[in-house]
Amino acid sequence: MTDSGFRLKGSVVTTVLLEIQTFSLDDIVFHLKEKIDQVPHFFNQAPIIIDISKMKRGITLEEFEALIKSVSALGLGVIGWRCDPDSLPVWNASVTIPLLPASKARPINIAPEIKEVSSPDVVVKTVVEERLIPQATKVITKPVRSGQQVYAEGDLIVLAQVSAGAEVLADGNIHVYGALRGRALAGVKGDVEARIFCKSMEAELVSIAGNFMLSDALQNIVWKDSAQVLLVDDSLEIVPL
Amino acid sequence: MGLSGDTALAKIIVVTSGKGGVGKTTSSAAIGTGIALKGHKTVIIDFDVGLRNLDLIMGCERRVVYDFVNVINKEATLSQALIKDKRTAGLFILPASQTRDKDALTIEGVQEVLNDLAKDFDYIICDSPAGIEKGAQMALYFADAAIVVTNPEVSSVRDSDRILGILQSKSKRAEEGKEPIEEHLLLTRYHPGRVASGEMLSVSDVEDILAIPLIGVIPESEAVLKASNQGTPVILDTESEAGLAYMDAVDRLMGEERPLRFLEVQKKGFIKRLLGG
Repeated sequence: MTDSGFRLKGSVVTTVLLEIQTFSLDDIVFHLKEKIDQVPHFFNQAPIIIDISKMKRGITLEEFEALIKSVSALGLGVIGWRCDPDSLPVWNASVTIPLLPASKARPINIAPEIKEVSSPDVVVKTVVEERLIPQATKVITKPVRSGQQVYAEGDLIVLAQVSAGAEVLADGNIHVYGALRGRALAGVKGDVEARIFCKSMEAELVSIAGNFMLSDALQNIVWKDSAQVLLVDDSLEIVPL
Repeated sequence: MGLSGDTALAKIIVVTSGKGGVGKTTSSAAIGTGIALKGHKTVIIDFDVGLRNLDLIMGCERRVVYDFVNVINKEATLSQALIKDKRTAGLFILPASQTRDKDALTIEGVQEVLNDLAKDFDYIICDSPAGIEKGAQMALYFADAAIVVTNPEVSSVRDSDRILGILQSKSKRAEEGKEPIEEHLLLTRYHPGRVASGEMLSVSDVEDILAIPLIGVIPESEAVLKASNQGTPVILDTESEAGLAYMDAVDRLMGEERPLRFLEVQKKGFIKRLLGG
């Protein structure tokens, strides 16, 4: 494999899924923009998959292409689309972005297409040994101020406050031994086991593996008290400590 | 001077805030004058190129011939541009240019001027412009200590937090990995009555958000406006609470212990209330 100058590997990336239920382009763009404006940094250049499998009436090629155009114009990167394999529209081959296998379904439908485009002597092997390698913990002893951003490849420990307008991100867990007033995003590479711990929950946003919650919602659960944030069955739980 | 490293040099103090109109220039004038009154040779530099105000507050606007930018551009010498204060011995002002913009300042030029000043002065006070852009970054870049001027309201506190982040990351001390800039919080325009009624943040609210040591609380006072209009630093008005509070802040800056005062709502006496005073 090394002779070819590259290596093909399997990789898991966390993306945002835009699940269309009813198609009204103006409504979709309006509400999507509203969501993006709340957390612009989170959505900036974020990869997104458009899922039309929940649509009852189906969608025309023109509508679908207009949707891709509008979503891209909002600064998101459309990397693929998903559809119920049983109701695949007739125009599916005309779409330039890749059709991804439906959630939890095996990629039987598109497997023959791959064979057609691959040259027969290249063996595509999925590397399954790739695992999360534990990274060193980053320790910050001074306050993280408004406008600052701290990222750790492993766990992040902040021994001071995280001010409003500041952002702390980690591939692993985040511990804040002070007030958490800014944004905290744990498991940013998709680790659903990551957690956030803080001494005083006053956050603008908390997120684990892309599932986020804003301060409005947090205020009704735990506020100005110690708390942990974890992911249980794809939904965030805020638990007092 | 309590600083490690280049001990023979002057201590450079930046007066900064992020937000405009919170009292940076008033505080620079008052604190610079206060330090000079303590017998230390002090210069206050106006970094607000294009919007010079320090000379007005110090009452020396008619004596400005050459300015900071002229010195950087070698169009004048430092001794030509420095204005000696007529009231306070050992106090000098280096005024800003009114006709140039902040791009006229360069790191090399500012460094050269500061190095020259450090030979003669004990303290160099840098009066920063508002904002977090080039002018403000230039004023704080060489600082050993920072006085962060904050009003007790949320936007001012947020901007101060932002500037504290810049002090930690974009100063010379931060870039060279030296001991970080000393940070001092100066709360100005404090109105105990409005704090009591919940319209303003209290001292402890602001301390809690910014988490840096408090060097003084200056009460909102008509004496400040009066002093500015007369071109006299308010610290010289020893009758006013604001003047006394600034003197306390200077004492604390010099390492002395002073209890906080003027934080309580003043109860008007019966006669005063009758007279509507």
